Amino acid sequence: MNTAAPAPARAAALEVRDLDVELGGAKVLRGFSCRVAAGGWLALIGPNGAGKSTLLRAIAGLLPYRGRVEAGGTDTARLPRRELARLLAYVPQSPVIPPDMTVLEYVLLGRTPLLGYLAVPGRADRDAADRSVERLDLARFADRPMGTLSGGERQRAVLARALAQQPRLLLLDEPTSALDIGHQQQVLDLVDGLRRTEGLTVLSSLHDLTCAGQYADELVLLDRGATAASGPARDVLTEERIARTYHARVAVTEDATGRPVVTPVRRRPGE
Amino acid sequence: MLTVYGIALAFLVGAILYSSMVGAADLDPAGTAAALLDKLPLVRLHSDLTPLQQAVLFDIRLPRVLLGALVGGLLALAGAGYQGVFRNPLVDSGLLGSSAGAGLGATVAIVYLGGSGSGAVPAAAFAGALAGVAVAYVTGSIAAVGGARGGSSVGGSAVGLGTATLLLAGVAVGMFLTAVQTLVLQRSAQDLQQVYSWLLGSLAGAGWRQDLEILPYAAVSMLITLVHGRHLDVLAVGDEEARALGMNAGRVRLLVVAACSLAAASAVAVGGLIGFVGIVVPHAVRRIAGTSYRRVLPLSALFGAGFLVLADTAARTVLAPAELPIGVVTALVGTPAFIWILRSTRPVQA
Repeated sequence: MNTAAPAPARAAALEVRDLDVELGGAKVLRGFSCRVAAGGWLALIGPNGAGKSTLLRAIAGLLPYRGRVEAGGTDTARLPRRELARLLAYVPQSPVIPPDMTVLEYVLLGRTPLLGYLAVPGRADRDAADRSVERLDLARFADRPMGTLSGGERQRAVLARALAQQPRLLLLDEPTSALDIGHQQQVLDLVDGLRRTEGLTVLSSLHDLTCAGQYADELVLLDRGATAASGPARDVLTEERIARTYHARVAVTEDATGRPVVTPVRRRPGE
Repeated sequence: MLTVYGIALAFLVGAILYSSMVGAADLDPAGTAAALLDKLPLVRLHSDLTPLQQAVLFDIRLPRVLLGALVGGLLALAGAGYQGVFRNPLVDSGLLGSSAGAGLGATVAIVYLGGSGSGAVPAAAFAGALAGVAVAYVTGSIAAVGGARGGSSVGGSAVGLGTATLLLAGVAVGMFLTAVQTLVLQRSAQDLQQVYSWLLGSLAGAGWRQDLEILPYAAVSMLITLVHGRHLDVLAVGDEEARALGMNAGRVRLLVVAACSLAAASAVAVGGLIGFVGIVVPHAVRRIAGTSYRRVLPLSALFGAGFLVLADTAARTVLAPAELPIGVVTALVGTPAFIWILRSTRPVQA
């Protein structure tokens, strides 16, 4: 439930209108619309198979869709692939990790959209790669093969590659799904820091509802390809709604800052 | 990193010099070096070689040595390029139907067009290799599109779908072409010997004409492959992420496969089927210089060239005056090396 006041004057960094996506003849997304202000963070939540990954891939230009996607006021369907990649960086849920590639070489791949066809990475590209390696605290891993990194370090390397792209928009598909609670927070804090210092706009799917409410400005709850609810966390995350879309028993309480905390409730014997 | 290129270049030059000196008539090292350097622009040197020795060097040995370098460089580069495109270090340029196509072409030329004397064999092998790849590529692409339409392109499986289907199509087309070749051979047993010796590869009878014939194809295919080193590095993260990075993965794959197939076809046309260079050399290079294709491609070409020059030297000297098929030499060295590589490399992520 949004307030009646008009939307803030900040320009939309991402605007999606009436998006339909079909995969293998099945409608996976129906009429999806959203608007993310510059520097904002919108989190997509919803049960498995609700269409979160499909939505992110469609916005990244990796799937055909009907509808309109505007980034910074530009219709992304009109942009050549390379220019789109300069505008937005996409991090899939399970990135392909070339085990023998060093971290620095991997991060340098992020410069691809900024290089001409026959160009090789130059000083500026190596500097940008170095900077994002530093920014994600990977300097001591720079020459290590990707295959030797832990899950958390690997996720940071993937983010460093996205950052080396120097995009305006970050599309993150479950950036914390393989991480323990400490590393989850570390990665989410990093993303939060990036949007504050670099002015990045973030659209991410997050399976942890409490985390989603803590970090994102707004949530969109997807259910079977359609928006079931959207708005600030306390409006979206209600016991009744979570029970209906996830078929889960949860208790929703509030933390000290008034943000919702979602706790699973086990079935009592005999219930 | 410059030192690695220096070592590779020194290895190649050393192999060429050594190979130019040894043979039925051993030539004096200083005289050979002087005679070779004398041919460079702006260099004037006196050589002690007799006119006969000079003739041996320039008319018989040098063209063969340079052909060996060219063929070795092409095969190793093509192997490395294929491995990058298919993200699989065990792929060789022969896998996508090109070896089988070349074999069928050469067999048809030997059986129906009057054998190796006519000059039809290299042309037929060249055409057969390219036709084999083209059929495999078209078949594989159609099959991959059909598979994707079936709805299996969700999440991670989309990453390997195209390349795996393409490789399977290559193997299938290769088997089919080999079967046709066997059928042709069956009906003409008297040509067995000649076909057999062609299949094992040989640089015997090489002259300047062969060098000049494959030079344009070699130059074009090497140039196109070498400029795609960075693109092959991007392909290592899979098609979907490569696309998300703004790269047209399908176009890069088509270009590199076409260039590498042209390289392999030119090598096969003049050298027959010479195995293992395309797998063993890029692997050795990766161990020295890392996995980035920006280095693997040029270094494979240099080391492959030197390796085949030495292999050909062994082929024509070990049992002199008889010659060993060069494919036998590379396989004798290549098989143990290949097994060692299999033991010591990690499984590749699909």
